[in-house]
Amino acid sequence: MNETYHLHVNGTRYEVADAWLGESLLYVLRERLGLYAAKGACEQGECGSCSVLVDGELVCSCLVLAASAVDVPITTVEGLAEPGSPTDVQRAFVDAGAVQCGFCTPGLVMAAHALLERNPNPTETQIREELSGNLCRCTGYGRLVAAVQQVAVERGRRSS
Amino acid sequence: MTLTDLITRAGHGRIGDSAPRPDGMIKAQGTFAFSSDLPIAGAVWGATLRSPHPYARIVSIDTSRALAIPGVSAVLTADDVPGQPTYGLITADQPVFARDHVRYVGEPVAAVAADHPETCRRALDAIDVTYEVLTPLLDPEAAIAGTAEAIHPDGNILRHQVIRCGDVDATGDVVVEGTYEIGMQDQAFLGLEAAVAIPDDDGQGVELHIATQWLHEDRKQIAACLGLPPERVRLVLAGVGGAFGAREDISLQVHTCLLALRVGRPVRVCYSRAESFLGHVHRHPAKIWMRHHATRDGRIVNLEARFVFDGGAYASTSAAVLLNAITQAQGPYKCPNAYVEGWAVRTNHLPCGAMRGFGVVQACFAHESQMDKLAAACGLDPVEIRLRNAMETGDRLITGQVVESVAPVARCIRETAALPMPATPVGVAPDAPGRVDPLRLPGGAGLTADTGHVRRGVGYGAAIKNLMYSEGFDDYSTARCILADGVATLKFATAEVGQGFVTIAQQIARTVLGVEVVTLDTIDTQIGSAGSTSASRQTWMSGGAVDAACRAVRERLFEHVAERHGIDPLRLAIDGTDVVDTMGDLRIPVAEASAGVRFDETVEFHHRPTEALDENGQGNCHTAFAFVAHRAVVDVDPELGLVKVVQVATAQDVGRALNPLSVLGQIEGGIAQGLGLAVMEEIIQIDGRIRNASFTDYLLPTFLDMPDVVATLVEEPDPQAPLGAKGVGEPPCISVTPAIVAAIRDALRQHDGVGKPLERIPVRPSDIAL
Repeated sequence: MNETYHLHVNGTRYEVADAWLGESLLYVLRERLGLYAAKGACEQGECGSCSVLVDGELVCSCLVLAASAVDVPITTVEGLAEPGSPTDVQRAFVDAGAVQCGFCTPGLVMAAHALLERNPNPTETQIREELSGNLCRCTGYGRLVAAVQQVAVERGRRSS
Repeated sequence: MTLTDLITRAGHGRIGDSAPRPDGMIKAQGTFAFSSDLPIAGAVWGATLRSPHPYARIVSIDTSRALAIPGVSAVLTADDVPGQPTYGLITADQPVFARDHVRYVGEPVAAVAADHPETCRRALDAIDVTYEVLTPLLDPEAAIAGTAEAIHPDGNILRHQVIRCGDVDATGDVVVEGTYEIGMQDQAFLGLEAAVAIPDDDGQGVELHIATQWLHEDRKQIAACLGLPPERVRLVLAGVGGAFGAREDISLQVHTCLLALRVGRPVRVCYSRAESFLGHVHRHPAKIWMRHHATRDGRIVNLEARFVFDGGAYASTSAAVLLNAITQAQGPYKCPNAYVEGWAVRTNHLPCGAMRGFGVVQACFAHESQMDKLAAACGLDPVEIRLRNAMETGDRLITGQVVESVAPVARCIRETAALPMPATPVGVAPDAPGRVDPLRLPGGAGLTADTGHVRRGVGYGAAIKNLMYSEGFDDYSTARCILADGVATLKFATAEVGQGFVTIAQQIARTVLGVEVVTLDTIDTQIGSAGSTSASRQTWMSGGAVDAACRAVRERLFEHVAERHGIDPLRLAIDGTDVVDTMGDLRIPVAEASAGVRFDETVEFHHRPTEALDENGQGNCHTAFAFVAHRAVVDVDPELGLVKVVQVATAQDVGRALNPLSVLGQIEGGIAQGLGLAVMEEIIQIDGRIRNASFTDYLLPTFLDMPDVVATLVEEPDPQAPLGAKGVGEPPCISVTPAIVAAIRDALRQHDGVGKPLERIPVRPSDIAL
């Protein structure tokens, strides 16, 4: 069954024309809207590579039907910052050595931003718990934890 | 001082600095294109039909219903392969599409092209294949015994190799023995297999954008199957979402190109996770028997061993994996006498081949378990037994090969043992002292463990790992360097799979040429081969090639400057970003010295030759070696069988750290994969059928599973290595696995005074609790 509907992604209203209603939000973001930052790696919400914000909630876009995400704001990594003007989290990921192959990186950037919004000063265990829905096969997570800690410290310093 | 303390700055991005990745920011911003992220106008989707049976005869294939579905543009079977019908890294024994028989669950039988992934799925469902189901060969011992019928025209034995060294009957006062089993591990890279093939307008050539470890080897195999000359098959490295050995073999390459050539349009193929488990080779499951003879004071006298590796349905690199395992069966220890027999056999299980550690992972679990048994039998502690036997430069392997590499084994073990132990007790996080956090206990969020029951164990492991390819293979690498107007441009075909060669290449060019800007050309087949990104070889081999190309350009630059200033070019050197006269006052910025000129040099770098083993397993088959030691601290709930790895300490022989931050990334990432093999990761096959082809059922270490890592580097530059640097990718994942298992054994011994042998990995809760 095909239909036309609209999605609000990164502040832009997109028409999704004549699309099969069975398509996931991840598929539509990537293949219909050309927003390839969210990645598919497990199709069942285990790896977090496809993490985006739907109405402010961090979700696995592979588990959300695109046609069910109408009328709410959707944010992907492309909507966080312009190329060349990275967020503090993106900068810290690069500086701390948290990026290797980079496939998990966009999802983890989304998850790390969401974590620091909820809890600006997380303990190491809280970082590990809150990000444990995102798998990384390259880094062993050590530099990722360091990157998040670095952002928390920098934000704390800026706000004090 | 630990490695984390050493990583202070990016510096000027020269050798030894923790320079940032050139692709780091575009990856963090999501604009880096992986092989799954390549939309192209007019492309259709491709998909693969796979065997549901471990072993069956194909009676008939009817594609007519599939072809009749609107949107379907092609259905291909074995009849549509114009060139060689099979491929393979060592032996071309694997069909592009099964013709007469299917030999494992997941073997490709047909491929379709259609306008939408969903149409592809329906088309696959509409292909009618009639199978005559046969009894699969699932027992490697039956393959060895010859009691099973050959399941492939090449037979069921992939390799049989014996090593005889010294007095094979030598005995010692102390004898320890064990049979060890290693489960099948998946590389589980996150970036699923994906590719785009674009046919040439004349239909006589194709361009493939692919995530792979070795562009030129892929091209060779693809061209043969397509029946095209290699120059009409152009490969471009698309973004690679991890590899770990799983991209060394052909998976979707030939299928994607065949579909594109058939439909005359670009074709995209993207595997699902379930398909990925079937679509690439895995780490060999293995059974290893070992018996060590030693003196009463713990010195190894003789090693007897038998290795059985289940290669699955096709050869892949089984022969080379087995070679690595048996030739390094002694571990990083002196061993004067040995009799080792190795078998790699064909079964109807999933094909196995390369995974990080490549055979040595399996051998190491066996020899390290044995070292702990030897320690116990001799009344020595695990550190002392390893130090007493530690290999040194100049010692011989059981193959007779002299270890010429720097071999700081004792130093690795000592420095590992000297690293700080965890500062906090069971369940307490270092940054939240005085409070037990259930998430830090074995079982974590399950909230089941009780601190009163938890025991903390400590275990050690040490490993040797060969670097580069072996047995006479000339795995050279090629690099081109252009210097013009102060900017260096590098071209190579080295697969960047996440390990960071692109960073190292820039660091080398900056150091050798004194330039600040180094641009990297497209990684593709428009230059000579770089060999594979495997065997911990690219920093040595492609680093050596980039270094040599940059040096060749530097010579030209010096000649140019010398001529203009009327001095001997041999007096010139690079100092920072200047060309300087070491015997005079001349100092010119490289940017100025190279203004208006263009130096362009291409160099092939070869390592020293190696040789095949003889019938007694003797010969200089390996190129070089790296060493490592690990210590694991593990909390165990013996009654519930739950494990929490608290800390892993490691000292690694790296020769010279070209980028300490990058080395730390390899160390922590390798430890995660070794931890996975120790306590959670295994592909389960029952009756030849995989039962856990998903990330829900195949468990990978998460943030919460990973321990603190305390690492230190043993830097003794290797004179054989072009930059003094050894490969660092594989050693981190090798001896950490036996160290973790040894720590679990230690915890269980404390619990009941007896403990458990735990001779099979991954260790499951039932192995501990029952």
